[in-house]
Amino acid sequence: MAEITYLEAIREALFEEMERDGNVFCMGEDIGAYGGAFKVTEGLMAKYGEQRVIDTPISEAGFVGAAAGASHMGMRPVVEMQFIDFISCAYDMLTNYIATARYRAFLPCPLVVRGPSGGYVRGGPFHSQNPEAAFLHTPGLKIVYPATASDAKGLLKAAIRDDDPVLFFEHKYLYRRIKEEMPQGDHVVPIGKARIAREGTDVSIITYAATVWKALEAAEQLQKEDGLSVEVLDLRTLLPMDDEAIVATVKKTNRVLIVHEDTRTGGVAGEITARINEHAFEWLDAPILRVTAADVPLPFAPPLEDYVLPQVADIVSVARRLAAY
Amino acid sequence: MATRTVSRAPSRPSDALTLEKKVELYYWMRLTRSLEERLVNLYRQTKVVGGLFRSLGQEADAVGSAFALDRAAGDILSPLIRNLGSMLVQGAQPLEIIRQYMAKGDSPTRGRELNIHFGDTVRGFVGQISHLGDMVPVMAGVTLSFKLRGEKRVGLVYVGDGATSTGAFHEGINFAAVQRCPLVVIVENNGYAYSTPNTKQSAVKEFKDKALAYGIPGIRADGNDVLATYDVTREAVDRARRGEGVTLIELMTYRRKGHAEHDNQSYVPAGEIDKWETQNDPIDRYARVLVEELQVDRKELEAIDARVSTEIDAATDLAEQSPAAEPTDALVGVYAQPPAVQPLWYRAGVRSAVEKHERAAGWGTYNG
Repeated sequence: MAEITYLEAIREALFEEMERDGNVFCMGEDIGAYGGAFKVTEGLMAKYGEQRVIDTPISEAGFVGAAAGASHMGMRPVVEMQFIDFISCAYDMLTNYIATARYRAFLPCPLVVRGPSGGYVRGGPFHSQNPEAAFLHTPGLKIVYPATASDAKGLLKAAIRDDDPVLFFEHKYLYRRIKEEMPQGDHVVPIGKARIAREGTDVSIITYAATVWKALEAAEQLQKEDGLSVEVLDLRTLLPMDDEAIVATVKKTNRVLIVHEDTRTGGVAGEITARINEHAFEWLDAPILRVTAADVPLPFAPPLEDYVLPQVADIVSVARRLAAY
Repeated sequence: MATRTVSRAPSRPSDALTLEKKVELYYWMRLTRSLEERLVNLYRQTKVVGGLFRSLGQEADAVGSAFALDRAAGDILSPLIRNLGSMLVQGAQPLEIIRQYMAKGDSPTRGRELNIHFGDTVRGFVGQISHLGDMVPVMAGVTLSFKLRGEKRVGLVYVGDGATSTGAFHEGINFAAVQRCPLVVIVENNGYAYSTPNTKQSAVKEFKDKALAYGIPGIRADGNDVLATYDVTREAVDRARRGEGVTLIELMTYRRKGHAEHDNQSYVPAGEIDKWETQNDPIDRYARVLVEELQVDRKELEAIDARVSTEIDAATDLAEQSPAAEPTDALVGVYAQPPAVQPLWYRAGVRSAVEKHERAAGWGTYNG
């Protein structure tokens, strides 16, 4: 089997799921004949027609709401945000209507909202966002943010089959930069299970999405230069969070660094820290540290963006302090 | 069969209704009003949890429009807070409504959501949320599913005059219009959104004119005339079922009570409510049509009133006996998987370390 990119893996998942289940259909801006801003849905309309691959008006609240209605009736809509930054336009629909539907009205909402997320691409404040923390606080949603091509495919297939609404964040920096051979057959990765991306015994780095690769690079450098054994835990799913895997790595290394690309205040790292505090406080040999973006809107000029976002050198330097504590 | 009167245009859809069906319309309106009056009593006895929302004076528009749907075909509506009548027509039971208002454990939402905010897609009504306009995109999606599956079903969504100002209304109706979804959008124009009059809500004189912007027909009708409401809705429903897309209907009515029971209506000009009550009450008007034009015996209507009273009494007695909601049920059903959220540890019956003056099991086991 040939290697395919992260982006192609997502496309493959869409083709396979549309083929498998006639209730699956796609909606979004420019996803049909054009194939989407990043070409994720290229070829879908040619194969499945404009009934199942719907080009929508520019109206995120409108078509996310429509996805909810269709999902109540047994359809399985997969909605694309042209850039995930625009998901805020559908925030009301997602948090007030969709997230509460099963609880308050016993209405199933099996839908997926997916889209290109994240920075390191000089996209500026409205084409680089990581909105996961804004939704982590909403019971009723699930949040997935894969770091590898095979996870992107397997988790998207799981998200489409899930009976609950799933926000599926795709890191656009990874779209065409990583390649992998897909596992054979019907490759489905369960939602809610983290993955150890690298085994280690001295320090744990807990992260997800593009910073998994930064953490792996840092781990390699720390091994070579300091002889430190760094474990990297890729969360894959943020909601529900894999507490078991988090506690296991804390118990193994007793030192925790959390890395995420999103801004610091109110970010996912704070939640992970609280959970470790509740479940494994006495296993810690050092305070939990964070490497995150600075608390600013993301600027686009290369020197500014590089300064704001977490870099390998930041992870190396903070991990060294942690190991020496 | 009904007698056609010369004053009306020929071959209205309601002409095809049997007299029995026409009398049934009276029953649904009377049931709506009497049920709400019972809820007022319960509210004053502090047995209602939360606010009480009335549709006094608007019963005809909810009942007449819902009656135009085909329940056997699987048509679905999404009501607004003043469309109790439409839910009753679709099969919601007075007992369910009273249990809802009393926050009972066996109410349709088991105490999760207030008042008439509940749904049942099998009986054909989708539970609304408080964010006005949001149900328009949702019903666009419900009806999109009918179109995608080639089902000859129709959806109907109610919004108030105020909700037409929301982004969700615009995005939803635009989406449905572009997709030619089999959807009927009813703008219930009752004069006020909470305390805000229409003149402060929109610069258009008639809300039906908003249809122009979506390339769909916009029609205005007398919402206090139950047969006129039925007629205009039925025509839109038939259009939708034929695959001709969305219709916007503006139903003219008047909200005789405040936004909710607590509202003193200080913003309403003197005499306005009285005028509507004495000159344009939808039930009085329809009773006159039934008796004077259709030769229904007034005693028959009185018998319906008595039957409605009996039904509501029975429902009230049962609802009063219903159990309160079970606290831990609050954790159930956020997700399909997992089926329940874990209780917080200090609510789970585990005594805290502080209470026990010792470390909890598993606490402090680190030996390094």
